Amino acid sequence: MAKTKERTDKRVGGKHPGGRAGERTDRNGAGPVGDPEHLVELYRQMVLVRTFETACQRSFRKGKIGGYLHLYTGEEAVAAGFLSAFRRGDRVITGYRDHAHALLLGCEPGAVMAELYGRRDGLVRGKGGSMHLFAVDRGLWGGYGIVGGHIPLGVGFAYALRYRGTDHICQLYLGDGAMQTGAFHEAANLAGLWGADGRCPVVFIVENNQYGMGTSVPRSTAMTDLAAKFGAYGIDHEKVDGMDLEAVLDCAERVTRQVRESGRPYAVEAMTYRLAPHGAGDFFEKYRSKEEVDSWRDRDPLVLLEHRLREGGAVDDAAVEEIAGGARDEVAAALEFADASEPPPIEDLYTDVYAGADEYLGKPAEPADEEGR
Amino acid sequence: MAEVKTYREALREALVGELDRDENVVLVGEDIGVYGGTHLITDGLYDRYGPHRVIDTPISEGGFVGAAIGMAMAGLRPVVEVMTWNFSFLAADQIIQNAAKVRYFSGGQVKVPLVIRGPNGGGVQLSAQHTHSLESFYGHFPGLKVVAPVTPNDAKGMMLTAVRDDNCVIFLEAGALYGTKGEVAEGDNAVPFGRARIAREGGDVTLVSYGRQVALCLAAAERMAEDGIEAEVIDLRSLRPLDEETVVASVRKTHRAVAVQEQWRWFGVASEVAAIIQDRAFDDLDAPVERVSGAEVPAPYAHNLEIAAFPSVDQVVAAGRRVLYREEG
Repeated sequence: MAKTKERTDKRVGGKHPGGRAGERTDRNGAGPVGDPEHLVELYRQMVLVRTFETACQRSFRKGKIGGYLHLYTGEEAVAAGFLSAFRRGDRVITGYRDHAHALLLGCEPGAVMAELYGRRDGLVRGKGGSMHLFAVDRGLWGGYGIVGGHIPLGVGFAYALRYRGTDHICQLYLGDGAMQTGAFHEAANLAGLWGADGRCPVVFIVENNQYGMGTSVPRSTAMTDLAAKFGAYGIDHEKVDGMDLEAVLDCAERVTRQVRESGRPYAVEAMTYRLAPHGAGDFFEKYRSKEEVDSWRDRDPLVLLEHRLREGGAVDDAAVEEIAGGARDEVAAALEFADASEPPPIEDLYTDVYAGADEYLGKPAEPADEEGR
Repeated sequence: MAEVKTYREALREALVGELDRDENVVLVGEDIGVYGGTHLITDGLYDRYGPHRVIDTPISEGGFVGAAIGMAMAGLRPVVEVMTWNFSFLAADQIIQNAAKVRYFSGGQVKVPLVIRGPNGGGVQLSAQHTHSLESFYGHFPGLKVVAPVTPNDAKGMMLTAVRDDNCVIFLEAGALYGTKGEVAEGDNAVPFGRARIAREGGDVTLVSYGRQVALCLAAAERMAEDGIEAEVIDLRSLRPLDEETVVASVRKTHRAVAVQEQWRWFGVASEVAAIIQDRAFDDLDAPVERVSGAEVPAPYAHNLEIAAFPSVDQVVAAGRRVLYREEG
């Protein structure tokens, strides 16, 4: 096991010359999927996400982050597993619980935090905030705030990717709450239709965290088998234990390969749990019991993975602490970066409304001088 | 060179031209393919371009408009037909929350080169749910462009511009006028957005309108000419962006203005036109700006009631006379 540990140490030590996590999600030339080295790397990414989200919560309470704040805490294995199967040129689209997807695709934590802080160095230059993270050069096509509203877009991405003759796919993340919207059902119907002749390579990844805000799945739909709903639209589907990174990883590799080859959509319902409140304003959590949260906490994806890595000898106390310390340092640097970044210049108010050279006619004219018009 | 064509033929000619020019152009909508299009705008195109470029969709506006937004973000140039604009409410979340804003909230990382087109307005006895004029509804949202051509030449020329635009264009067709004819320039007659057309020159009063009501204003102008009043008729064509300069220049010449719209009066385009005039040409005005609008009721079915619900030539003439102080009250 010493050999494994040595390799591990090289990957997790303080500085990562390879850059952010995302550069390593494209595994061309990397070791086999699911080998200890890969799992330790994904563990490191998941710890970074957890540490980042925890820091967000503190910053929100200090008033440094405005608006809404939706944390991915507890759901890390879902995005980490699926984004491990991301290939350059693929498109990722998700709802508003999007920090993890940005980080896992390799966005600088500082740029993500600066966006949450509403600063000019933010991922979208302070135009979007927590719910609207974009990094199209890394495959992240948003970050959308209306539950279910992004789903038709992802289906359109998939159609266009195949229309243009590529073998890229769309990874479309949605929550259990989104599956009750009309947008979901209309988009799933189109995906099934267009996918029937191989023209809609989209993977629906349902992050079933059991609640749409405070309303549980059984209180939202009488048909609680969410994966099965895709069957109504001719889309093959399965469930996966979203707390078990290895299970997600196996599923993701297999499913993304299949969708890439066939051009047909596929749906995975990942059973997971939001260990954090719905949003940072969700203080009392009247809709769920402490016992329920605790029972899921026992299946915390980080704890499960760490346990497995320790059992296999891939990490020991020192390595775990080093990973934790690395994440703390990285997030501390992100906070410092965000704090130091300036607010956007006021001229940015009127930029990015329209594409192209057209003068934006909604912009007020320069004030008239003393002589009037 | 110009040839006389119907509004419908002019639209189809523009679509064919763009489909031939750019393989990223696709058509999306209900019954636009095999059926030939409810209003026959896309008749014959399915056979010519095939099912992957002329995409028949289920009755599912939110789904297919949203998917078309995604296609546009991914590099295609979809032209979506809404069978009538009345059905666009089902897709309003997609149009307003995604197409209009995604460029902004992505910090300029994406664009949405998308046209949504279909018949707007009433006049064919379709009653309340199938009769709306949605120009101020969509014109309200930054990020959208809104155009409403009334002549066949503009229908073609503005469609060419719309397909080539990198933004979401709300293309409001004069549905009641699909069969009307006019001269259409051959070849590439792209008409830029944000420039109004002077449909008739005159020096006594400015009538500002767009869409089907331009024809009404021209008829009213002829009637007024019988009394020696020369009205200038401005066809705005493009509502967002809106050509303030042409309106203001005309009012500086005539000193009087009437804004005419089929839609309801409150919060309408005519109110915006009146506000622009008072902002920019207050001292030039010799009378308050008049508005002629549709009746503040859901559209009725019965022929006589529908006629009464929309502006009439008489109303426009009366308003023109009032701003000239030729008529009481």
